[in-house]
Parts: sequence; structure tokens; C-alpha cells
Amino acid sequence: MLTASPIPTGSPVARERIRVRGVVQGVGMRPFVFGLAERLGLAGEVRNDAEGVLIEAEGTSLDAFVAALREEAPPLARIAAVERMPLTPTGAAGFVIGASVAGRAATLVPADAATCGDCLDELFDPASRFHLYPFLNCTQCGPRYTITRRLPYDRPNTAMAGFPMCPACAAAYENPRDRRFHAEPVACPDCGPRLSHAIAEIATALQAGQIVALKGIGGFHLMCDATDEAAVAELRRRKRRDAKPFAVMVANAASLDLFAVPTAAHVALATRPARPIVLMPRRPDHDGLAASVAPNLAHVGLVLPYAPVHHLLFHALLGSPEDSGWRSAPQEIALVATSANPGGEPLVIDDADARRRLVGIADLIVTHDRPIVVRADDSVLAVIDGAPAFIRRARGAVPEPVDLGRDGPCVLALGAHLKTTVCVTRGREAFVSQHVGNLDTVETVTFYRETIDHLTSILDVRPDVVACDLHPDYRSTRLAETLGLPVVRVQHHAAHVAAIAAEHGIAGPVLGVALDGHGIGTTSGETDGAPSGNWGGELIAVDGARWTRLGHLAPLALPGGDRAAREPWRMAVAALAAIGRRHEAAARFPGIAIAGALAARIDTAPTTTSLGRLFDAAAGLLGLRTHQDHEGQAAMELEALVGTPRALVDGWTLANSVLDFAPLLAVLADIADRRDGAALFHGTLIDGITAWIVEAAQARGHRTIALGGGCLMNTVLAEGLAVALRANGLVPLLARNVPANDGGLSLGQASMARAAATRGFGTGAT
Amino acid sequence: MTHGAGGRAMAQLIADIFAPALSNPYLAQGNDQAAMPLPAGAAGGTLVMTTDGYVVSPLFFPGGDIGSLAVHGTINDLAMSGATPLWLSASFIVEEGFPFADLDRIARSMGAAARDAGVPVVTGDTKVVERGKADGVFITTAGVGLVPAGLALSGDLARPGDAVLLSGSIGDHGVAIMSSRENLEFETAIVSDSAALHGLVVDMVNVAGPHLKLMRDPTRGGLAATLNEIAHQSGVGITIAEEAIPVKPEVAAACELLGLEPLNVANEGKLVAVVAAGGADALLGAMKAHPLGRDAAIIGHVTDDPNRFVQMTTSFGGGRIVDWLAGEQLPRIC
Ligand SMILES: [Fe+3]
Ligand SMILES: [Mg+2]
Ligand SMILES: [Zn+2]
Ligand SMILES: [Zn+2]
Repeated sequence: MLTASPIPTGSPVARERIRVRGVVQGVGMRPFVFGLAERLGLAGEVRNDAEGVLIEAEGTSLDAFVAALREEAPPLARIAAVERMPLTPTGAAGFVIGASVAGRAATLVPADAATCGDCLDELFDPASRFHLYPFLNCTQCGPRYTITRRLPYDRPNTAMAGFPMCPACAAAYENPRDRRFHAEPVACPDCGPRLSHAIAEIATALQAGQIVALKGIGGFHLMCDATDEAAVAELRRRKRRDAKPFAVMVANAASLDLFAVPTAAHVALATRPARPIVLMPRRPDHDGLAASVAPNLAHVGLVLPYAPVHHLLFHALLGSPEDSGWRSAPQEIALVATSANPGGEPLVIDDADARRRLVGIADLIVTHDRPIVVRADDSVLAVIDGAPAFIRRARGAVPEPVDLGRDGPCVLALGAHLKTTVCVTRGREAFVSQHVGNLDTVETVTFYRETIDHLTSILDVRPDVVACDLHPDYRSTRLAETLGLPVVRVQHHAAHVAAIAAEHGIAGPVLGVALDGHGIGTTSGETDGAPSGNWGGELIAVDGARWTRLGHLAPLALPGGDRAAREPWRMAVAALAAIGRRHEAAARFPGIAIAGALAARIDTAPTTTSLGRLFDAAAGLLGLRTHQDHEGQAAMELEALVGTPRALVDGWTLANSVLDFAPLLAVLADIADRRDGAALFHGTLIDGITAWIVEAAQARGHRTIALGGGCLMNTVLAEGLAVALRANGLVPLLARNVPANDGGLSLGQASMARAAATRGFGTGAT
Repeated sequence: MTHGAGGRAMAQLIADIFAPALSNPYLAQGNDQAAMPLPAGAAGGTLVMTTDGYVVSPLFFPGGDIGSLAVHGTINDLAMSGATPLWLSASFIVEEGFPFADLDRIARSMGAAARDAGVPVVTGDTKVVERGKADGVFITTAGVGLVPAGLALSGDLARPGDAVLLSGSIGDHGVAIMSSRENLEFETAIVSDSAALHGLVVDMVNVAGPHLKLMRDPTRGGLAATLNEIAHQSGVGITIAEEAIPVKPEVAAACELLGLEPLNVANEGKLVAVVAAGGADALLGAMKAHPLGRDAAIIGHVTDDPNRFVQMTTSFGGGRIVDWLAGEQLPRIC
């Protein structure tokens, strides 16, 4: 226990109990409060408890104290509320940091944070005991979630358990005036983790065009020189068949301009302590990046260094300059920094696993002896309609909660099948897990189960209800059925809309669209309806656990089920059939032997109302590609071709809330210029979907419109809809804190299942 | 057909159609039950019995019809225990108005299948139901067989390290049904693999009896469902190699067109065997020597896996989970 200076006398003295709520533990809040009290000459106490931080303060400047609490709070803190209650002054002197009061909710593990400026100064300060040490951190930065095995968040329960502190680190840890007061991962060259290779050796390998696997915070990266086409192409070859864009790490914020055209919003996002990958518009001129970094795409994902080892690498690649000028000057070096996840399996986090699974891919495998306890990919964000939106949510964002606005039962929602996350609710908060991935491999399913166990364990909850999709063959559904809990099955697109409503704190009825690739429909407007139909372009009103399908896109054939999602030519044939031109199929796709046969039997194929498949149809009609390597590839390439979206006059029809783009498809089938086709496609979609929404909003008296589903990751579409809806006096809501695609589905499932459970089981009865 | 009341018209129907088609000394006893002797030399062993209902559309398909299918399916269910199938029964539900000629064709096909297999239909029953209460003809067959002493195959006997063998190409039956249902035109006609497997089984037991753990016929739900059943029953995992699984090119092409995964498509003349690793090569040899096992292959092995996952490794080196689908194959890509 430490004592601060005595109270100055003279002014009227007051005493208050001050409650601070939010993300206020494990972020250096107590030493900050202690220092602030010292500065303002206050007496009293600060401690952590089950509800956050509790302060009793006595002195003459309590208003200034409370104002400073909010204004000067540590960067990682998120203050949700400050509540003040007057007490009778006791005249006691001194300010102390009290012991934490253990309790269930006291214990939220913070998210991981990038190396802070103070630590960077020390990293490159020859006089510092942390000089060039790749694992330095403090209360304001460093790994958190990814090193935490269990609660409470104390060093023995983290990956630092095996590293007893040296006297210097222990002294810093115990000293409330030190930046490392109670920083659980504190470490130095004398007592902390070590890297397997010298920084110079890694830099040399990268400069020689080699591929390096580098263990970072939430997993291994595969790195190579992003300006060296031979190196990047070789990385693609070794990762096999993978055409997904690679993220690129650049030296500092000043370098972003060299490789993209960031706005202030992009820069602000990229320099957040969470250091996500930020999708930025590509430079129209030569950007110096190898062609195979992000082929055919309008955006490039840039990320700034976030672990000390990244900064050390750039320092070494620049020839280890002694002065610090390089840290703020633009640097032309760029490194591919892509997740090391061979074959679509989860990110490699384990040293032995890295040596086994990355041996054919990396020339050099760099590890360290601090285990990664929790896998977390890099988060990916875009700036859509002027504000950040998650594309993939993981490192730096998890486990920050979404406030549901009211209490409810504890729900475990298991998400979808691809790009899966899980969501756990506790009280009024919903915790969406990090991106887990596609539940097609044993490794991902294992990670999925670990994620459920870890999340429920660090939240210290036992779910009352499990929520899942209606799809009988999602692996998440299968798991839900084995947990021995009441199961609430939530329709896919209703959940997409509910997810948007939940993160925007909308409790009442909401009108929305869910635009995605596929989800199983149902005839019932309740949770737990019988599966029926392939949906993906839905106009839906959601109210608690109940929902109504108000409209949908005109059905197109879905020839070959999931094969149609991998092969846009199939959807192009479906589109041709829809406009009475199926006879053109064989001639349009001469390289595909079964094109004619597929067209001939298209009437027996199932149908879909999916907008994602309509994108595939357009890409196929425009001859963009017949097959795709990964989901959304054709749609993203189509988006990249758009200059200014332009609506086709009479490009759609709307009858009984069924929106039909057949006239547009007929025009696309005859357009030679792909850029023209892409602009027309996007413009007409925006036009038609806006009219569709406006009609329903007016008929039902809604102003707020939730826009959900993976198609809303298309910036042109999302921004176009937002602008057009506002022009019609409506308030569009886009996905922000969880992804619009199936990565956000678990939140919507949780929200609807909580409503169903609150209403009582035996859903269907109202 | 208007024979619902069960009177003289029904007797006539049986005399005209089923008795000649299925004729054998036991059926000729003319009773409501058949009396049968134990097979000569059956000093020990275990009697096994099975029953199965057959509902198929269309009733006639390339490579068979509901009659032959009802014989083969029940014989195979017996044979998978290692049994020698001895006797069958058959029960027909016929929709009023169903053409005599078609019924006659089904009955004769059934009789031929039973005679070819050497397993007589020794007793039967026929009911006619109102139009719309059945779809043409439904057949239920039961079968009795004798498992030789010392042989005890069971779905819970697979152990890590055991080899998994498949007797031939997959998907033939399901794709034949679907292509005739949808009038698909392929360059090569796809024919159902419907066949009685007890002859193949005898050869397998003779060669690898002591090593043999279990056999299953991958019918509805296909190879994927059967492997998952085995994994669950035995509490093990199974890993198979995609390139080891025989699929006929015409079946693969039809699956591509229809968007089907051959692993989930039904078979009616194939079996999966799990055998101790030491007996795998000999067993494979015996299978390949039999006409119904010509394309047999070792497709994988049993693994130690508390999660009981069935995985398939691909030629790209990746692995994916082989699913046990709830019903038809539904899209999952969002
Ligand atoms: Fe979706
Ligand atoms: Mg059976
Ligand atoms: Zn720091
Ligand atoms: Zn130390």
C-alpha cells in the first residue's frame, strides 16, 4: 500500500464515492487515478471490484478530478460511466491503492495492444535496459488476451508464468509511479522471453527474397519483401492455389501514403493501439508493391508494426540507423505479413506445429519462448461510409463487449459454418469471439471448441441457452445439439439484421435487409422454424425473437448448390435462363463441357434469392471469371472495376416486394466493356434495393434501416445504399463493431435467442 | 388393380403373379409360414435376421428395379455380419390401379434376383391400398442367415491402425436413380451397382476371417454416412484419402453437373470392410479376385480420435471433415 501527499488546506473539503465503469481494469487505471489524486492533492483510495473501479476521494478539487478521469484516462481504458455519490469528509490524509476485491465480473481480460510510444523510445534507447529487447511492454501496451490462460488476469495465469521477474522488473511492477505497475507481461532481457534468431539474420533473409515465418502476438506471420514480385509469387506458389490478397506491413504511419491513398480516417484506424489491417484505396499509379500482393483488387490491406519485433525488423532493414528520424519518415520498405494458415487451417501458434506445418513454405522459421495461449488473427477493417467497419474481428478487438442495453439470460451463440465466430452474453454485454474460420477441418473445429471453452471460462459464465442456425448441416448446429442446453435455432438472415440492431443498441422493432451468399430459409417467422429454401436477398423486420420476411429478390436457379458459389459460370447460366436465353450457355462458355447440359436441366435445379449469387451471375455474364478460388473473389473483382456507379433506367422491377433484376441481367449479357458493366450493375443494385427498402419503410412506418450480410462488405454497394437511403429521409445502419458477414452472425443469434429465452421457451407460441 | 378386400381376387393375384415369380419348395408349402431345416453341417453359429422397407422412385432404373433391390438389400444386410443368407420374406404394399404388367415385371425380377443369389423368398404378404395411399409399390423384405461359428463382426470393433477397404466405385446407384428421375442424358449410361454381396463376403471371410473387424454396405447417405456410423460406434476416427476412392468418370461428371458429392450418394452393391492392418493386403487380394470386388481399394485407416471425426485428405495435402448429412446436400457457402 502506498501513500500520496497530504491534502492542502484552505478550500471547502468534500468527499465522494466515485464509480468508474467500462474497460477499466488491466489498463493502468489505478496508477493513473493515484497519480491524478497526487497531482490534485486528494486523499482517499482507489481499488478494482466486481463492477469496475471504485474511488473514494476527499479534497477541494473533485470536479476537476472527475473531468480529468475522463479526459486523461489511459489510452486502453474505455470509460462507459462515472457515477458520483457524496459522502461525509473524514479528514483522513493520504491516497492509497487498495487491494482488488475478487468477484465474478471483476475480471475482464483486456485486448492486445501495440507497442506504445514510450516503450518504442526505450526500445531504441541505448541507455535503456530494454534497448532492442523484442518483448518489452508496459501497462499501456503489449499482449493481453492472447497470453491469458484463465482468470484472474494475473501473471501466473498467463503465458508469462514461466518467467519469474528479475529484481528490476519486480520493482517496476510494484511501483505505482512506474509505467509497468502491475503490467502482467512485464519482461526484460534478464528475465523475459527470447527470440530464436537474431534480428539481423531475419532481416538478411528477407532482403535475400526469402520467406520468413515469424511468431508474433496472436500467431505466426508469413513474411517476405512485398516489393519483390519473385518473392511474393513464390509465397503464393508455396501456399498453393491461394489467390487471397496478402496484407502488407509498412514501417510507420508516414509510409502509408507510399503504398495507398489513405484518408485521415484510414490513418487514424491504422494507428489505433489495436493496430488492425486497414483496407485502403490503392494508388492509381505505381505503388511499388509486387503485382501478386492483391491481384485485381481496389483496396490493399496495410498494417503498421505492432510488436517490438516488427519495429526491430524495420530498423534492421533500414541499416540500423542510430538516430530516431527513421521512425517518423516515410520508408519504402514493405513486408507481406499474411497469416500462416496453410490449407485454410487455423493460424499456426505453436512452435512445434510451425516447424511441422510451415516447413515447405518458409525458408526461415522464427519462434520465441513465450507461448501464444489464444490464437488471434490480425483484425481487418475498412472505412465504409466514413466510419470504420470490421471485415475480420480478432486481435486487438477481442474481448471487447457489445452493450446489449439490458440484462438477460446467458446465451452461447455458435455462429454459422464459414468465417465463424461465437458469442457469449453476460448480463447486458455480448462478447463476440475472435474470427475462428471455416468449420471444415478438424483443426478449425478444435480451435472453435477451444474458443467456446476459453470465452466462457474468462467470462466465468455457464450458458443457459445455446443458439445456432436453422441449417441442419452447419457444424455449429451439430455442436449446439450436443451441449444438453435448450437450443434456439435462428434463421440466418433474421440474425444478420438482428446483429446490426444489437450493435447499434436498437431494442425495438427494426426493418432491415440481409444481403449475402446463402442461408437456409423457413416458412415460419419464429425461431425454430422448419428449414426450407435458399435465401440471401431478404427484406426482413425483426422484433425481439420474432421476424417477418417482407420481401426478397426474384429467385434464380442455383445449379449445383455450393458448386454454383465456386463457379460463377453456373450462375451466369441461371441468369441466362431467367432472361430466356439459356440456349446461349454452351457458346458463351466453350471451355466448359457441361454448360449446355446444365442449361438444359436448369428448371430442375433448386433456386435462390441470394444477392451474392447475383454478383456471381453478373461476374460470369461479364466474362470476369468462370471459377473462383475463394468466396467473394468474383464479387470483389467486380467491385474493383467500378468507377462511378450508374443506374440502368428500368433496370429492375418491384412487385409484391419481390425485387427482380432481370432487365439488368439482360443488359449485362450484352455489355462488352466490363468497367461499364460493373458500374451499371452496382448502380442499378443501389437504385433497386433503395426503392425496395423505401417502399417497405413507408408502408410500415420505419425510419431506421439495418443493412446486414456479407454483400455489405462491398464498399460501393454499402456507401451507395447509405447515401441513397439518407436522401430518402431514412437512417441507414451498417455493421461497425462486428463484421457484416457471417463473422457477425453469432451476435444476432445471441440477441434473438435472448429475446426468445426471456419470453419463455416453446417458441412459436406467442 | 382393385384387390384391396383381400378375398378371392387377392388369392388370384398371388397365384398369378407372386407364386410363379418366387417359386420354391418352401413357398409351395402354401402356408402362412414356412418350415425350414437348418442347413446341413450347421453344427454351431449364430442365426441373424434383418428386415428392410424399399421405397424407390422410379421403380425401374438402369441396372435394376425395386424387386431386385429388395432382394439385394436384405441379402447384403445379412451378409455384412458375415452370415450366409438362407431365407427371405417379402411383403408388398400395392397402390390401387397399379398396372399388372409392372407388378409382374417386379415380381419376376425379384424371383430372378433371389434365384441368382441362391436365397429363396419363402413367405410373403400382399396388401392393396387406395389410390394415393402408396406410390406404386412398396416392398418390405426380411431375411434370415447363419453366421459361422467363430466369426463375430460388429460395428464397434474398429481400432486405431486398422485398414479401411472399399469394394469398388461409389455413387453408381444414387446417380443412376437420379439421372433416370431427371431424364439426364449422359454419353455413357450410368447403371446402378445393385448386387448381392454374400458371395464376395464368403471369399473375404475365408481369407481374412480372424483379422476382419466389421463390414457395412454404404447405402443411404453414402460412404460418408457409413464411415461416420463406424467411427461413432467404435469411438474412433477414420482418415481416408480422396485419390484412393474409386469414382467412375461418368458418375463424377454427373455429380459435377448435379452438384453432388459422391461420398454422400447411395450405393447398393458395395461394402466397406475394416480389417486389422496385418490382414489388409490378403483381404484386398481376395476382394479383387471376386467380380464384385474387382475395383476394391484400401481407402484409409482408423485413427485414435475421441472426437470421432472422419477426415479426407486431398491431393493438395489438406484435410477436411467428411460430414454425416442430415438429409439432402444443402448449400453452406454464404
Ligand atoms: Fe450470411
Ligand atoms: Mg437395413
Ligand atoms: Zn508500452
Ligand atoms: Zn526483468
